[in-house]
Amino acid sequence: MAVKVIIPTPLRAYAGKQESVEVQAATVGEALAALTGKFAELKKHLYSDDGRLRSFVNVYVNDEDIRYLQKDQTAVREGDTISIVPSIAGGARD
Amino acid sequence: MATKTGIPAGPAMTKPGVTLSKEEVMRYSRHLIMPEVGMEGQLKIKQAKVLCIGTGGLGAPLGLYLAAAGVGRIGLVDFDVVDTTNLQRQVLFGTSDVGRPKTEAAAERLRNLNPDIRIDTFETQLTSANALELFKDYDIIVDGTDNFPTRYLVNDACVITGKPNVYGSIFRFEGQITVFGYPGGPCYRCLYPEPPPPGLVPSCAEGGVLGVLPGIVGTIQAAETLKLIIGKGEPLIGRLLLFDALAMKFRELKLRKNPECPVCGEHPTLTKLIDYAEFCGVRGEEGPTTVTNVPEITPKELKTRLDRGDDIYILDVREPHEYQICNINGHLIPLGELSKRVHELDSSREIVAHCKSGKRSAEAVEFLRGAGFRKISSLKGGILGWSDEVDPTVPKY
Ligand SMILES: [Zn+2]
Repeated sequence: MAVKVIIPTPLRAYAGKQESVEVQAATVGEALAALTGKFAELKKHLYSDDGRLRSFVNVYVNDEDIRYLQKDQTAVREGDTISIVPSIAGGARD
Repeated sequence: MATKTGIPAGPAMTKPGVTLSKEEVMRYSRHLIMPEVGMEGQLKIKQAKVLCIGTGGLGAPLGLYLAAAGVGRIGLVDFDVVDTTNLQRQVLFGTSDVGRPKTEAAAERLRNLNPDIRIDTFETQLTSANALELFKDYDIIVDGTDNFPTRYLVNDACVITGKPNVYGSIFRFEGQITVFGYPGGPCYRCLYPEPPPPGLVPSCAEGGVLGVLPGIVGTIQAAETLKLIIGKGEPLIGRLLLFDALAMKFRELKLRKNPECPVCGEHPTLTKLIDYAEFCGVRGEEGPTTVTNVPEITPKELKTRLDRGDDIYILDVREPHEYQICNINGHLIPLGELSKRVHELDSSREIVAHCKSGKRSAEAVEFLRGAGFRKISSLKGGILGWSDEVDPTVPKY
């Protein structure tokens, strides 16, 4: 299944400066593995050393948070959009 | 969970006796003739009390629109002074305000815009010690800060005091906006239980920000605040709005209340404010380097050794657009590309890595030491330090 993964601005530097990457996958876990397979640098930004998705990074399939679906096992269908949404803090001073 | 009710903490209905003067009727006439606001809405706005955390990029449009709309009492919390780099986006301030406390300059501008409202200024940093006391007098808190410790502090204090938190944050050309802490709705910790470790996500100071972006995001926060006050429309509760100014696209994601949330969940473990610097991994004053224990060289030492003719290879780990602003003839390999371009470097030569302020070069040195480089150090204070100590003709950015 071809799915689009949208890369957020702070992480684009580690994904060949691309806004989105198309990967072949049947689940969210497979899609992220394919993505970090292509861009090794992304891995430490998405996963902690114990291999879990970092808690300041959320992953959505279309507009649903995978934490409330089947997490990594969430199935994806042709044409779905996966969004990686990290927390950003910017605002006032810098 | 969208709702059409008014804010519970604010004026559910207008107090008897609160009216608009003839001048106010004139000033707010474009609201008054609109049925969604009308006299009832405008009187709610007049009685509303909103606390703005941060008077920078987001706080500027927010403060301007809330004051213009006639929000009766606006609190401004900021400990910073206006500097030249703020003027690219912080439209509350003019060139003559450089060096003035932000709260003072902001209050003057807002009072000039609308003399009928009350502006409270708090020239202080929001802390665990003062947050609950500060929030007490306001109905709605608007978070326009720039750092993770304050964002978690604002969130927790809002949940504890039961006040909605109109949230906006920005990075480069991308923004996130939502309403947290509304009773029954999710909070910031439901979305992000923990902050990123320092150094993993670049800050705005490194990443930059399109000047108009906080204008758009702060204006959306102002719109959400006014909607909460008048109790009309569909507030951004349980919805995270993502905005990308380059693509000029808005997207919306569902936010859910996490039943296991430590602060707003069914069994909260966090019922009072904590040490947020500690929580976010910032120990004491935030230093220029987060990677510690890498060998460093000061700009003066480096200059002396270069002048003496020592063979030192300068490695610049910034981005190409930063190199265009200023450089000291280093070999450019951006930090993000270092692992795949490491073969360009000769580990037998002495290497000094530098970035803007010393943070990225420390990471680079740590990485290269792991890759077997031994004669390598990081330029202390980066190119900014070089400009301060060695060559003032190098522009600072
Ligand atoms: Zn929560």
